[in-house]
Amino acid sequence: MYKYDQYDQAIVDARVEEFRDQVERRLSGALSEDQFKPLRLMNGLYLQLHAYMLRVAIPYGTLDSRQMRMLATIARKYDRGYGHFTTRQNIQYNWIKLADAPDILADLATVEMHAIQTSGNCIRNISSDQFAGAAAEEVADPRPWAELLRQWSTFHPEFSYLPRKFKIAVVASDQDRAAVRLHDIGLQIVRNDAGAPGFRVFVGGGMGRTPMVAPEIRSFLPTADFLSYVEAILRVYNRYGRRDNIYKARIKILVHELGAEEFTRQVEAEFPLVKALGLDAPEAEFARIAAFFADPAFEAGLADELDLADPDFAAWAKQNVHPHKTPGYAIATISLKPVGGIPGDASADQIDLMADLAERYSFNELRVTHAQNIVLPHVRKADLYALWQQLEAAGLATPNLDLVSDIIACPGLDYCSLANARSIPVAQKIARRFADLDRQRDLGELKLKISGCINACGHHHAGHIGILGVDRKGEENYQLLLGGSGAEDASLAKIVGPGFSEDGIVDAVEKAIERYRAIRQDGERFLDTYRRVGVEPFKEAIYG
Amino acid sequence: MVDVLRFRDDASADEPAVTLDAFVGQSNALSVRIEAGEDVRLLIPHLGRIRLIEVAFPTFRDGRGYSAARILREAGYRGELKAVGDVLVDQLPFMRRCGFDSFMPDAPLDTAAVERALGRYDHAYQKAADGRPPVWALRHD
Repeated sequence: MYKYDQYDQAIVDARVEEFRDQVERRLSGALSEDQFKPLRLMNGLYLQLHAYMLRVAIPYGTLDSRQMRMLATIARKYDRGYGHFTTRQNIQYNWIKLADAPDILADLATVEMHAIQTSGNCIRNISSDQFAGAAAEEVADPRPWAELLRQWSTFHPEFSYLPRKFKIAVVASDQDRAAVRLHDIGLQIVRNDAGAPGFRVFVGGGMGRTPMVAPEIRSFLPTADFLSYVEAILRVYNRYGRRDNIYKARIKILVHELGAEEFTRQVEAEFPLVKALGLDAPEAEFARIAAFFADPAFEAGLADELDLADPDFAAWAKQNVHPHKTPGYAIATISLKPVGGIPGDASADQIDLMADLAERYSFNELRVTHAQNIVLPHVRKADLYALWQQLEAAGLATPNLDLVSDIIACPGLDYCSLANARSIPVAQKIARRFADLDRQRDLGELKLKISGCINACGHHHAGHIGILGVDRKGEENYQLLLGGSGAEDASLAKIVGPGFSEDGIVDAVEKAIERYRAIRQDGERFLDTYRRVGVEPFKEAIYG
Repeated sequence: MVDVLRFRDDASADEPAVTLDAFVGQSNALSVRIEAGEDVRLLIPHLGRIRLIEVAFPTFRDGRGYSAARILREAGYRGELKAVGDVLVDQLPFMRRCGFDSFMPDAPLDTAAVERALGRYDHAYQKAADGRPPVWALRHD
């Protein structure tokens, strides 16, 4: 894991003092709310329906036990004993007082954490593959590149007042667990014929009210040009991205309006000018960062078998455990989706327990996933049973990873000032409807994603089944979408037909799923069947 | 409170700045004003003789002026580069890093707050137009 040096620490400490100064000027009236708003947003502080919400950055979703414990401490000290893990691999607290915010940032800084650029029209927290450094099939660890981007983008003087927010994801595997093509910039590390690493560069993806899958604008960007090229993209966007209409201000609209070819031409024209400035970090800096991400001291010669005598453990191991690159080790995912729970929520006690378990079983490391779960990336197979028992005792062993109850949901109208409809109760009702785990397992991989408004924080466009909450004449109404994917086979879900009430949408989901069960062919996932047969059979089942 | 900030030792240009259109069509002007969204690269052939370039910030949320400033400095412009308009204390450090060396805000700025803002960060992660070495250069010197 990356560790701060004196420069990193000095910058984060200065940020705490800067924000304290800004809050004081706001409270004294020297700053208007209009002037203060972007400043607090760039420190992750939103004004929601009932209170301030603070979003804390977890860069590329990686943290250690000490940091995890601090997240629990903050939940107890400043919130109501809970935290909410987000689809950007961050954590949010929903009941924060403005006057406490500088102290929270100061507490975070003691464990090398911050809330920098977790909101605002700037470059947001860099996201990545939650299995980075552990997955069997990755080309390289993407996190050193993500850390390089984190530093480059932190307080970037030219790109802190962009037309709109800007999200970058980096992966290094053909299996895309970070939805790179639904980001403003998506980067995939690949190797060329000579074996050298470089990047496939995708620009202009996104969800929101105008969802788009990003086109590729470079098939191989040499690593030596990494920051220059990203800087060139950002400069073209900052200069020419639309600022007349907030709904058309994301880079995806610029790429779409210019066309990918013309956009690429402009970036390629800007690139040599930027490259000449010498702003790429030298190889030595990359090596310094990469050294922090070296493998932990894996034991050699461990047994690779798993005792699956306990059927409950076997069910969890089958669903929530993934192969590790090192024999004798496995990747364990802790589901934050118990039936009837709030997707992504964890109590302070659960957060502490996960920190303890990471310390005991996973070389002190945890990851947050964009599907709002927690990963212990490096667990000895021999320890999995003991790990599972402790998770089970804490309500953290739901064996539902990637099943229909592993739902992504935004906070919705229960918390969010932008929402039109509640998301959490719909997620809870669907999870209860499909509570039978045998039924879920029979249905197989099924990604269900719920947003409480058109801004799509719940990723409904990327759901095999997506649900969008809207306001129809003052009533909550839910639209059903089918056929999306945020993975390497990225696609956008399409609306099936007229919307439903809260209970009606649960029935509609069940009808669609039952139709899938009736017509699926061998080994097909829901998404595969949908792609094969199209929407009509589902429409007929739902509305017929 | 302070109405104008200037970080240069030379005398201020005293003639009023002309628009970009007027400047491009009139070869003897020495001061020019860039509106947000105008292509500052049109000035590059003329940079040697320009004394003052004003860059307008119609609202502090409009960040195009930051790119305009850097492009001018990267092209070798050494004259006065003035941020004009909705220029606020908390944006000054970014503006300085992008190469602005004078400021004419719509509303006066609190002198003490300006000093605190400009003195707060000892280090910067990335190279910009202020000549400050990025942290990676400090790490590997």
